[in-house]
Amino acid sequence: MSKNNPEYDFDWCPGCGDFGVRRALEAAVEQRRIELELPAENNVVVAGIGCSGNMVHLLEGPQPYGFHGIHGRTLPIAMGIKMARTDLNVIVVAGDGDFLSIGMEHIAPQAARNLNITSVIMDNAVYGLTKGQGSPTSHKGHVTSSTPYGNPVEGLNALRLYLTLGVSFVASGFSSKVKDLSRLIHAAMTHPGFSVVQVQSPCTTYYDTYEQLKGNTRKGIEPTAWDVPDDHDPEDLAAAYDIVNRGGVPLGVVYSDQSRTTFDTRVDEMAEKAGSRTVQEMVDSYAI
Amino acid sequence: MKKTDFVVRFAGEGGQGFLSGAEGFAQAHSQIGYHTQTFATFPSQIVGGPTWLQVRISTSEILSRGDELDVLVVFNRYAYEAHKDEVKPGGVILFDSDKLQLEDGGNSLGIPFDKLGRSTGNVRAANMVVMGALAQLVDIPQELLEGYVRKRWGNTARYGEKTVPSNIRALSLGRDAAGSSGFTLGRLADPIKPDYEQILLNGNYAICLGACHAGLQFYVGYPISPATSILMWMQTNLTGAGRFAYQVSSEIESITAALGASFAGKKSMSATAGPGFSLMSEGLGLAWMAEIPVVIANIQRGGPSTGLPTKTEQSDLLAVLTPTHGDVRLPVIAPGTVEECFYAAVAAFNWAERYQGPVVLLSEHSLSERQQNIRKPDLSKVAVENRDVYGGENGYLRYEAPTLSPMPLPGGPGSYAANGSEHDPQGDTTHLPTRHVEMTERRFSKLRLLEDGTFESRNTEAAIAIMPWGGSKGPAQAAYEQLMAADENIAWYYTMYLHPLPPKLLEELRQKELVIVPELNYQGQFATVLRSFGVRAEPVTQYTGLPFKVKDLVDRIAEKLRAEKREGVAV
Repeated sequence: MSKNNPEYDFDWCPGCGDFGVRRALEAAVEQRRIELELPAENNVVVAGIGCSGNMVHLLEGPQPYGFHGIHGRTLPIAMGIKMARTDLNVIVVAGDGDFLSIGMEHIAPQAARNLNITSVIMDNAVYGLTKGQGSPTSHKGHVTSSTPYGNPVEGLNALRLYLTLGVSFVASGFSSKVKDLSRLIHAAMTHPGFSVVQVQSPCTTYYDTYEQLKGNTRKGIEPTAWDVPDDHDPEDLAAAYDIVNRGGVPLGVVYSDQSRTTFDTRVDEMAEKAGSRTVQEMVDSYAI
Repeated sequence: MKKTDFVVRFAGEGGQGFLSGAEGFAQAHSQIGYHTQTFATFPSQIVGGPTWLQVRISTSEILSRGDELDVLVVFNRYAYEAHKDEVKPGGVILFDSDKLQLEDGGNSLGIPFDKLGRSTGNVRAANMVVMGALAQLVDIPQELLEGYVRKRWGNTARYGEKTVPSNIRALSLGRDAAGSSGFTLGRLADPIKPDYEQILLNGNYAICLGACHAGLQFYVGYPISPATSILMWMQTNLTGAGRFAYQVSSEIESITAALGASFAGKKSMSATAGPGFSLMSEGLGLAWMAEIPVVIANIQRGGPSTGLPTKTEQSDLLAVLTPTHGDVRLPVIAPGTVEECFYAAVAAFNWAERYQGPVVLLSEHSLSERQQNIRKPDLSKVAVENRDVYGGENGYLRYEAPTLSPMPLPGGPGSYAANGSEHDPQGDTTHLPTRHVEMTERRFSKLRLLEDGTFESRNTEAAIAIMPWGGSKGPAQAAYEQLMAADENIAWYYTMYLHPLPPKLLEELRQKELVIVPELNYQGQFATVLRSFGVRAEPVTQYTGLPFKVKDLVDRIAEKLRAEKREGVAV
């Protein structure tokens, strides 16, 4: 909302990966808008707290609804919106700190419910807005402002975690590959169920990983990012584990299980079984 | 003079099955036209532990559980030892003579409830033996209770042909056993059947009905005593198209999911108790900041921390008024009776929708478990309010007005950002001092929309007033009436609208020399709040985990009155 709001003075640092994520998200939402002929207002972007959370205010073009809530609670807010209004397309945008540290407790239940929403996680392995502290995806030995002698903890393999928790669509992208990322986000939004797109979105101020991810032949640096092979079967859970255990950063759709019904579908089935009473009938049931 | 009032306590161990019998006892008597009220207290365990349930039956409206017992029914020795001193002179102790032997203290009567019950061929008839014995003690005509039995188990397709006759037989056996003992408590006056329709339910269910009438569509909750029965009720009843009730994984999920749903246009609610309410703290701040209607019922129990999960207390008032960091003061409605639980729930939703923010419905354990017969609400006469929905075009400035502005609905035009950060009129984050001033004042100004609360007042000319809140209303009212009958000159005030207080009420309270506030907490929380508004308030406190006894209140209020008089003389 910044383009037409001169008062809004936040922006990401030059070169921040979140710019690329924004372009990819806008393109995916626009594609959906054209395909389904639904206005931008049919989308709700639920943001956490941190650099990534400002996505809500920085989206350009036709404006979706936004919910910029509190740290770590994107998923239950999104569940409230989706279960109240299944016609809405609900997109969570959060950082690795918001989603995987303080918000970790909310991932497992949504995966179990197979809540039909899409989460786009901007992973830069640091807390940016609070000036460069270590995060769950900081690697072991990583020197950050909160781990001055090196991170004593193994970095979290987020993709493996999602598979283990039963997230029904898991993809991995890179903010510099906007077109590919847009396709992944669109596929996630189309997926019937709980989908997570983990995006490498480097922080140019506190942890610039562009060179690591892309590699540099001149310096002899091998890229850590690699494309998920075309012959990978995303419905094959064992193969998906193989991908996420291979090291580096796989890019593409890692896992997709479309056979599970969504939370709202199951709730609707239960509701049909339960029937419905008027409030007057409820009151009358306590007659003496 | 005939007895107009009858108090029975059933005491034993959790899981002994007498609780349902005691509730049936209340149900039977409300059906035949008496006023009934139950009070229960349990240990926090599933089976075992000292449990008791008290039933009061009266020919007129019941204000408190009853200080002393006409009859104590005990199922083990521990219960006998623990409760025997609360039996009034001339009262009777009934015990199951198969399970324990009591030395004959002159007022105990052993009846083999279980054995007599089983002799009817119905293994579950023991409770009817007890009921028959109790009816005999106060001379309630057997046919009244037979009527109850026929209605309760008359569905032969469901209960079989033998259930009604065996239960009636059990009533007679209990009656005969008590009759041959020679004990009697005097005849209970005939019930005065009310000329209006009634329902019998507990406070939590009354909240559920009120919420549904108010248009609740989205309920989320997490099990916690004493709010769990609301969650279970909702999951059973809040079903069908457009309705959703669900057990989430924590109270943090409850509040945030409820906010998401309300943002998306549904009236939403969660119910919890102290520990869960604490977890909701940050979410309540978000609701206040982003201006999202939501109703949170806090069914108080003893605190702090895990505290006393199954005991009653009124110690969350300060916590619910300002539950979170920053400049916040939430609207609070605290019902004082089972009937008020229904109307308080409707009012809480109306307030939330009207001012677009969170409202706390503050109930308490003693109300949550209390079964009481109340006038059936006429739904057609209980007004329901809905939020002002934005109907214009895109480009809307959701937070532009100096006070309330219509709320857009996702899916339709008027997209904006609901934001927990300080924001500008569009909802975008800002740090400008002028915006923080504008928005803070906007949020507080909306409270003025809620100054329509009603209040009770009596004898308002008196210089000293009593003003209880919540579930202490009943005992305080009974104490007030006794003191007035004893020629004290005191005013009575009561409201369930604790914040914002009705302005006229506040104005009157400020005129008083002293406002005595009976409340179940250590600090005198409501008295503290009243003092901050310039009212000379002093609490009468109790923090035992139990409600006030009327007699204690009478004594302690009288003491305060004497002290006030002494001070008056000294000046």
